[in-house]
Amino acid sequence: MMHRMAIAVLSLLGLLVSLYLWLWKMGWLGDLACGSGACETVQLSRFGEMLGVPVAFFGVGGYLGLLATSLVGIQPTWQKRRSPTLWLLALSAAGLAFTAYLTILEAFVIRAWCRWCLVSAGLIAVIFALSLAGFARWPPLPPRGEPDG
Amino acid sequence: MAVGGGKSFYLALIVIAVVGAGLIWSQRGSGGAGATAVAIADLDSIGSTFEGYVIGRSSAPVEVTEFADFQCPACARHAILTMPDVIQRLVRTGRVRWVFKDLPLNIHDKARSAHLAAACAAEQDLFWQMHDQLFYRQSRWTRDRRAERRFREYAETIGADLDRYDECVRSGRYNSRIEASVQEAITLGVSSTPTFVIGNRMIPGVIPYDRFKQIVDSLAPVNPTE
Repeated sequence: MMHRMAIAVLSLLGLLVSLYLWLWKMGWLGDLACGSGACETVQLSRFGEMLGVPVAFFGVGGYLGLLATSLVGIQPTWQKRRSPTLWLLALSAAGLAFTAYLTILEAFVIRAWCRWCLVSAGLIAVIFALSLAGFARWPPLPPRGEPDG
Repeated sequence: MAVGGGKSFYLALIVIAVVGAGLIWSQRGSGGAGATAVAIADLDSIGSTFEGYVIGRSSAPVEVTEFADFQCPACARHAILTMPDVIQRLVRTGRVRWVFKDLPLNIHDKARSAHLAAACAAEQDLFWQMHDQLFYRQSRWTRDRRAERRFREYAETIGADLDRYDECVRSGRYNSRIEASVQEAITLGVSSTPTFVIGNRMIPGVIPYDRFKQIVDSLAPVNPTE
């Protein structure tokens, strides 16, 4: 269960980072602690929102989902079940794909690097790697009729 | 999971959550009235000849300079959600003089044209009307390949003399002034839009009306006997 515990910690960190960016975007915080000012450039660009929703809010939702799933996965009744690992893998893969898209935009379109976005990108990459490792280490599915763990 | 290990794990999660939330909360205090006082050059000392597009009385005790980009979604949000309150409660009451300055960002392909359209509308004393058209209809023209045609429609909507408007846009005579405004922003250290300069404070990002009022109150308190 170590990978689920590690994912829970990393998801919480990611949640805090995206919450920070979202609250800033909504105008509830003061200056963005970024250093170069590139965070503002990225956040306030036309790619800072998607379908009218700040991109950081998708991060909040995604990390909340990962945190909740990993916490459920370490509960005694779920520890030996495979489904939390599958959910973690699916969620982190979607998160990684979305982050890759945003990182490409930063590199080639916006041409500015938001450090907090890079921190989030690093976190989701590690979370995906841990999910993959957890999935790979799982024994083959049991015959029908038995618990899936 | 061992019971002891479980307890320390949850304890660690709680500590991270509390510390993180505390750090975010501490940032809340750095905005608005307590906004970071950035060591910026005096706007007057920059030497820009163009004062900006002004609304409000020259006798107002507080001057707010906004650097904005007509194609920036956050600037549109400010213009639509915050600006009406600012104008009604702070500008019209004589407490604030609002100055709008051009800062079209290179990442926005139609921003320069939009700022030129606004400058040409300003030539006919219709800047703020064009300002509203551009921000309120931003989502339409940003996706339009012929955005300039849209701008012309907006000029017509606000009652501009189209012959004069067309001649102005064709001549591009305000392009250098727009560029000068961009350079002024760079000199001040403005790196994103919208950015507000209030006194010696530079505040990047969208801030709600209450925060503006808080800052204005701190700079020019209202006399309760008035």
